[in-house]
Amino acid sequence: MADSVAIPNEAETRATWGSFAFSPEYKAKADMYIGRYPAGRQQSAVMALLDLAQRQVGEETQTQGWLPVPVIEYVANYLGMPYMRTYEVATFYTMYNLAPVGRYHVQVCGTTPCMLRGSDDIIAACKSRGLVKNATTPDGMFTLTEVECMGNCASAPMVQINDDNYEDLDHSSMTAILKDLAEGKQPKVGTQLPGRHTVEPYGGVTTLHAMVDKNHDYRGEWK
Amino acid sequence: MLADKDRIFTNLYGYQDFALKAAQARGDWDKTADLMKVGQDAIIEEVKASGLRGRGGAGFPTGMKWSFMPKAPTPERPNFLVINADESEPGSCKDREIIRHDPHKLIEGALIAGFAMRARAAYIYIRGEYIFEAKVLEKAVAEAYSAGLLGKNAAKSGYDFDVFVHRGAGAYICGEETAMIESLEGKKGQPRLKPPFPAGAGLYGCPTTVNNVESIAVVPTILRRGAAWFKGFGRENNHGTKLFQISGHVEKPCVVEEEMGIPFRELIEKHCGGVRGGWDNLLAVIPGGSSVPLVPAAMMMDVPMDFDGCKAVGSGLGTAAIIVMDKSTDIVRAISRLSYFYKHESCGQCTPCREGTGWMWRVMEKMRTGNAEIGDIDTLYDVTKQVEGHTICALGDAAAWPIQGLIKHFRPEMERRIIEAKGDNMLEAAE
Repeated sequence: MADSVAIPNEAETRATWGSFAFSPEYKAKADMYIGRYPAGRQQSAVMALLDLAQRQVGEETQTQGWLPVPVIEYVANYLGMPYMRTYEVATFYTMYNLAPVGRYHVQVCGTTPCMLRGSDDIIAACKSRGLVKNATTPDGMFTLTEVECMGNCASAPMVQINDDNYEDLDHSSMTAILKDLAEGKQPKVGTQLPGRHTVEPYGGVTTLHAMVDKNHDYRGEWK
Repeated sequence: MLADKDRIFTNLYGYQDFALKAAQARGDWDKTADLMKVGQDAIIEEVKASGLRGRGGAGFPTGMKWSFMPKAPTPERPNFLVINADESEPGSCKDREIIRHDPHKLIEGALIAGFAMRARAAYIYIRGEYIFEAKVLEKAVAEAYSAGLLGKNAAKSGYDFDVFVHRGAGAYICGEETAMIESLEGKKGQPRLKPPFPAGAGLYGCPTTVNNVESIAVVPTILRRGAAWFKGFGRENNHGTKLFQISGHVEKPCVVEEEMGIPFRELIEKHCGGVRGGWDNLLAVIPGGSSVPLVPAAMMMDVPMDFDGCKAVGSGLGTAAIIVMDKSTDIVRAISRLSYFYKHESCGQCTPCREGTGWMWRVMEKMRTGNAEIGDIDTLYDVTKQVEGHTICALGDAAAWPIQGLIKHFRPEMERRIIEAKGDNMLEAAE
């Protein structure tokens, strides 16, 4: 369940977002998602539509995006769902932001596998760059959140910033990533260990050597 | 050690392209229609004969699960296959590699498995945080449709079958099969009571089977190479190959496919470069993801890494997500962090779990600092026993077991902290 956050003033929110509607591009996507479910089961698309709405809000505000109440109402109407059922979904899942976030939402994994590999250092690196947990920096650039296991345990510690994962971090690589983002540069996504490809043992594979350089077909070796 | 030719996930590390052409060159989608020609029941029998047990943690025989599905579904009440790609168990990171590097194995498996259980369509429920992975999967599914491998007369088999991707939005509990079904229906992911079991009434009230990504993705290869090939690996009741994910204090954490039952020490030596600081520096291991109890170093060394091997040392294989902890680990904090995880992820439906996970975490934090009484350890143990088994789904159990494992094996360490924190006060009281 999402941690409780300060929900912004509703009157202000309504004034800003009261006329929210999907752009043609987002509407096409929304209808594509709805088409994945049987007729009359369009409620199944609510998670996808909330995500789209959050992304559109993000584009309009130059942030990761969030879900103002009128936007949730819009999605509810779009799907013919009671508002409460939609709000329930928006509050249940952690990836929906119920309050504005910064340009970059820095989500540091702090669960045990990352903790064992040094996620404390990653949080420390964020703090030394002026980031504060559950808050946005005054310039609106960074929101820092500690999140639960992101499923990158063999390349821990890791952080997800908006849509990108940065893995195999340490204090200096995390600092460099934040610095790049602050300067408008795109850091290298994925593992930060030089020479590591993905989740193979660092320093060279112990299996599947033939796959490294070419797309090997092992069927010839089956008996 | 397993030979490379016997590995199923040959593009595990993503050195090569995930896309259809490269996947076909590696052997995927090769005469899929011929594999299906033997008929639904023959496929189920073959999967049963292979000894494949579910790779999502519980280890239920996959073929048997499929056989529970109705044999004559109607258009008004079709069968559904739901593929669980909501990989959120701390330590688990294998489905991610399958999806981003070898998605066509999963999609081909979905068609074959869906056909075998007479399903109309498969929904792949991928966790929301796997944003890049979901994009890859969507691309792979689109490729399969364009190539005629999905949709009407899928792969020229004469069977109509759809595969849809459904993204989650950040809730561990949706990995529980009935919570996943609720979430697919566009609701909060709160587990349902069983019975009715999903095979009777699941998605939209229709018969549904929920399978893990790895369980489905290995099926095409099993059918191509025969049940006997797969069954040739591992010990009785624990057959096949398995993706192991090793994290924590090893020299080289990695994901690797190995034979079931490989001894723990051999697995770590061969693929991970050993334990950080040597074997004498090993403190404890969580062999199957955060939900299973930890095992102290001395008991773990020679454990065969399979369902029964881990069970014999009072733990479980789970998803084969091995979390290794060396002697530098603050073991109470490591488990307390897991307690926080369960507190965060409890869906709030059942009182023992909703209240219990928070309470257990708060007491674990006291244990971490030693700000407690010795008797609190027993109270904590009692509470874990009251949560365990008293909730709709297994999240309550999963929250209780790590703490029970800690108390069982590291009680002296917990007591030491309490005594140390009392420090002089205790001595004064004694005088």
